[in-house]
Amino acid sequence: MRSRSRWLAAFRTPVGVISSILVLALIVVAIVAPSAFGHGASVDDLRQALRGPSAQHLLGTDALGRDLLDRVLVATRLSLIMAALATLIATVGGLLLGALPAVTGRRAGALIGAFINLTFAFPGLLLAMFLAIIFGLGEQGAVLAIGISGIPSIARLAQTLTASIASADYVTAARMLGVRRDKVITRHVLPNIAEPLVISVTLSLGSALLAFAALSFIGLGIQPPGYDLGELLNQGLPQISYDPAASLGPALTVVIAGAAFNLLGDAVARALGPTAVPAGRRRRSQGSAAPASPPVTSGNVLAVDDLTVAFPGPSGALTPVAGVSFALAPGEVVGIVGESGSGKSLTALGVSRLVDSPGVVSAGTLSFAGADLLTRNGPAVRALLGTSLSMVFQDPLSALNPAIKIGPQLAEVTRVHQGQPRKDALARAVDRLSAVRLPAPAKLARQYPHELSGGMRQRAVIAMGLMGAPKVIIADEPTTALDVTVQSQILDLLRTVQAQERAAILLISHDVAVVGQLCQRVLVMYAGRIVEDLPAAALAADAAHPYTRALVATVPDMTTDRDQPLATIAGRPPSPASLPPGCAFAPRCMFATEQCHTQRPALTSFGTRRRVACWHPQITEAAVPLAEGTVPG
Amino acid sequence: MIVRGGGAPAGLAPARRAAANPWVRFTVRRLTRFVVSLWILISAAWAIVHAIPGDPVRAALGLTAPQSLVDQERHALGLDQPLLTQYGHFLHGVVTGNLGTSLTYRLPVSQVISSRLPATAGIAGLAFIVVVIIAIPLGMIAGVLTRDDRHPRGELAFSGFSGILASIPQFVLAVGLVALFSVGLHLLPVAGQSGPSSYVLPVVSLAAGPAMLLARVIRVETMRVLHEDYMRTARAKRLPARLVYVRHALPNLLTSTLTVSGIVLSGLVAGTVLVEAVFAWPGMGTALVHSIIAKDYPLVQGFALVYGAAVLLINLIVDVLIAVVDPRSALKET
Repeated sequence: MRSRSRWLAAFRTPVGVISSILVLALIVVAIVAPSAFGHGASVDDLRQALRGPSAQHLLGTDALGRDLLDRVLVATRLSLIMAALATLIATVGGLLLGALPAVTGRRAGALIGAFINLTFAFPGLLLAMFLAIIFGLGEQGAVLAIGISGIPSIARLAQTLTASIASADYVTAARMLGVRRDKVITRHVLPNIAEPLVISVTLSLGSALLAFAALSFIGLGIQPPGYDLGELLNQGLPQISYDPAASLGPALTVVIAGAAFNLLGDAVARALGPTAVPAGRRRRSQGSAAPASPPVTSGNVLAVDDLTVAFPGPSGALTPVAGVSFALAPGEVVGIVGESGSGKSLTALGVSRLVDSPGVVSAGTLSFAGADLLTRNGPAVRALLGTSLSMVFQDPLSALNPAIKIGPQLAEVTRVHQGQPRKDALARAVDRLSAVRLPAPAKLARQYPHELSGGMRQRAVIAMGLMGAPKVIIADEPTTALDVTVQSQILDLLRTVQAQERAAILLISHDVAVVGQLCQRVLVMYAGRIVEDLPAAALAADAAHPYTRALVATVPDMTTDRDQPLATIAGRPPSPASLPPGCAFAPRCMFATEQCHTQRPALTSFGTRRRVACWHPQITEAAVPLAEGTVPG
Repeated sequence: MIVRGGGAPAGLAPARRAAANPWVRFTVRRLTRFVVSLWILISAAWAIVHAIPGDPVRAALGLTAPQSLVDQERHALGLDQPLLTQYGHFLHGVVTGNLGTSLTYRLPVSQVISSRLPATAGIAGLAFIVVVIIAIPLGMIAGVLTRDDRHPRGELAFSGFSGILASIPQFVLAVGLVALFSVGLHLLPVAGQSGPSSYVLPVVSLAAGPAMLLARVIRVETMRVLHEDYMRTARAKRLPARLVYVRHALPNLLTSTLTVSGIVLSGLVAGTVLVEAVFAWPGMGTALVHSIIAKDYPLVQGFALVYGAAVLLINLIVDVLIAVVDPRSALKET
């Protein structure tokens, strides 16, 4: 059962308050005005005819000397009543027509649906005008014309909603139990489409009000001496040159009345729609500890020191990546591993300067191929990055622009950055497509991405990175979205490309096995920081950080006992919004001491080839340290 | 309505191959739907006269008209013939362009329509161009600037301004513009079709609301597209911002933009009738209103055909354009 409070919530928003006050005011005016202002609105006073606005007649008077403000107020009743009647006709007719396909046979249902769609294509007002000649001019004709012209939109909504509900299990069950078709509609279908319908009916009240004003304004609605807001506007228009208020008064009332119902519909729709989850309290991130000694040595193609990526939070900045330092030698293959949410991908985006605002990237050093990316951002650096830094993303299905053919999409790189003529760039694109061993590259270049399989698209993305002369390829989970058989082909391809182009690769993966296969060195990330930097060969048996060991232990191999549940690391990684003051892994670590919980260990070098951020590094061969509840591999 | 092209006769290999081509299937399917819709429209236009309760001719001529005149008029309209014959005549007339004679103008209906059509098509066409020229850049810029809750004040200003303007009916806006620019500031003519300046207010009042509506849709779509992975790829290629937005984002907005444009353009067709009434514009709208009030049945039927066909044609063109821009979604059989 839906709760009352959700409906009430609609009237607590500013829009809800304003619109319900307006609607209430309209209803009060409609009830009170004819008795309160009926005299001024209907009694002729020819001495006062066609006067402009004055203190006595705020909107002026009409040709018979009647007060126009009084007439506007009185007319509101007729406008509202007619709008309500027309909406009633539209709703009942629309519901009947729209629910019909759900209970008739499939053929009849398809015909009715097609008819609804056809009539829906015509603007309601156009339908109403032609219906006015059938039903005649005047109140009754206008109500019928606008009511019937409103049927298609309600019918279409009802049809869409009932179609989804008619196939729902409980309706099928009711029909199997032999419940009659009309009972199915009243008992099972109608209650479930009530909410969107209420919104839609409120909105159609607003549009019916406007439609009546329009129809009467062009003379096809209310006929004199009767008058509604549209008819008043019609009569006021010839006076516009000396009494604009005679037109603007009814015009403004029409706008306010229409807007009141439309806004109310919006407010209800917003309150009943998916509610926004209020953001929980987030803690300010801890101040960064002393950075690890920068491993930058000259000759590195990529050097990163103290990289931090920050996002504004409701209570201070969040830093999902903090104090990350590493370097890539030319041709080196380095992996970044960690659980999801550890900041791997953001590190890649931060390094390549692709973090989009409101994210803020800061670093002590960020240099690529000798260019300082922190200070320089001109066309020269853009060209350098565009041709020498390639990115391969996780999902090849969405990484290529669906609206542009493969060839031009690749060719763009050298056309923009090297000014290569279109033809040469396209030839280069075809050559690159064949370099990643795609069959029939010339034909492929003329195809759209959706005509290719996932594996082919990932090859095309890699080929795009080879358009220039890549010095670094950053591959963010390049195989995760692919079939297992295709995965190894893509990894092979990356290895080949690395050898041919002498490009360094930064491979980001949650898969320790993949990283171990392809990489020379591995960076292990946890909660936005590098916790260990070690040779890939040491990964399997000689990891020093308890987290690295636990991560390796979760990888099943041939000796894994199949009767045991798969190993996992107990607990959850902390969110960047609630980092503990000490080592982020301490709550899950069986070696954790008091010091671990209060002080964060810095990334410290052990020898030349290893850095570890741990107060208790397991440098010697030892039992794999695990928190309780986990199973050693 | 889904009417498939049907299987090609056996033995005709090329024809069968053509039927397997999604483009051929789409064309056949969509054209069939258009023709069937057109037939329903023609039948509905014919049925208008017969749906009127009582005697339509008596209603048109008034209770005081002599019976002989009513009979004469009834004969002139062919209403004394069997229904099926009348229907056949009407269909024949539509195909040959002979829609009968207007009762009030005493001129062929086709002549009345063709003399009135250019004025209406002029403001509708201009208004649509204005809508597109304003809405696409405005919506995209608003989307780029206000995505991810950046510039919350700018977003509020855009939403508020466009929301208010989009909710004002076109004819009400027209009255307001006349009061301000013609009566108040004496900058533009109050009514009538004269020089280029007489087009300004009708076109602006037709275009303002739909432009804001379309801009709102484009803003939301822009924000969606900017979050797509391929936009990150485009930025990773370090393309200049102009290329990122125009070449990579814009084409992906077109499907939804075209869909809404179709609705906007159909709405403009109805809007012209009202805006013409405000400006006493010598187009089809003023003649349509006149013909409905005067019960000039042949002329009403003619206008029903023209306005209805315009809407159907707009829908057809939009569907074809969407199929060209985004073949994946449109060529699916639905």
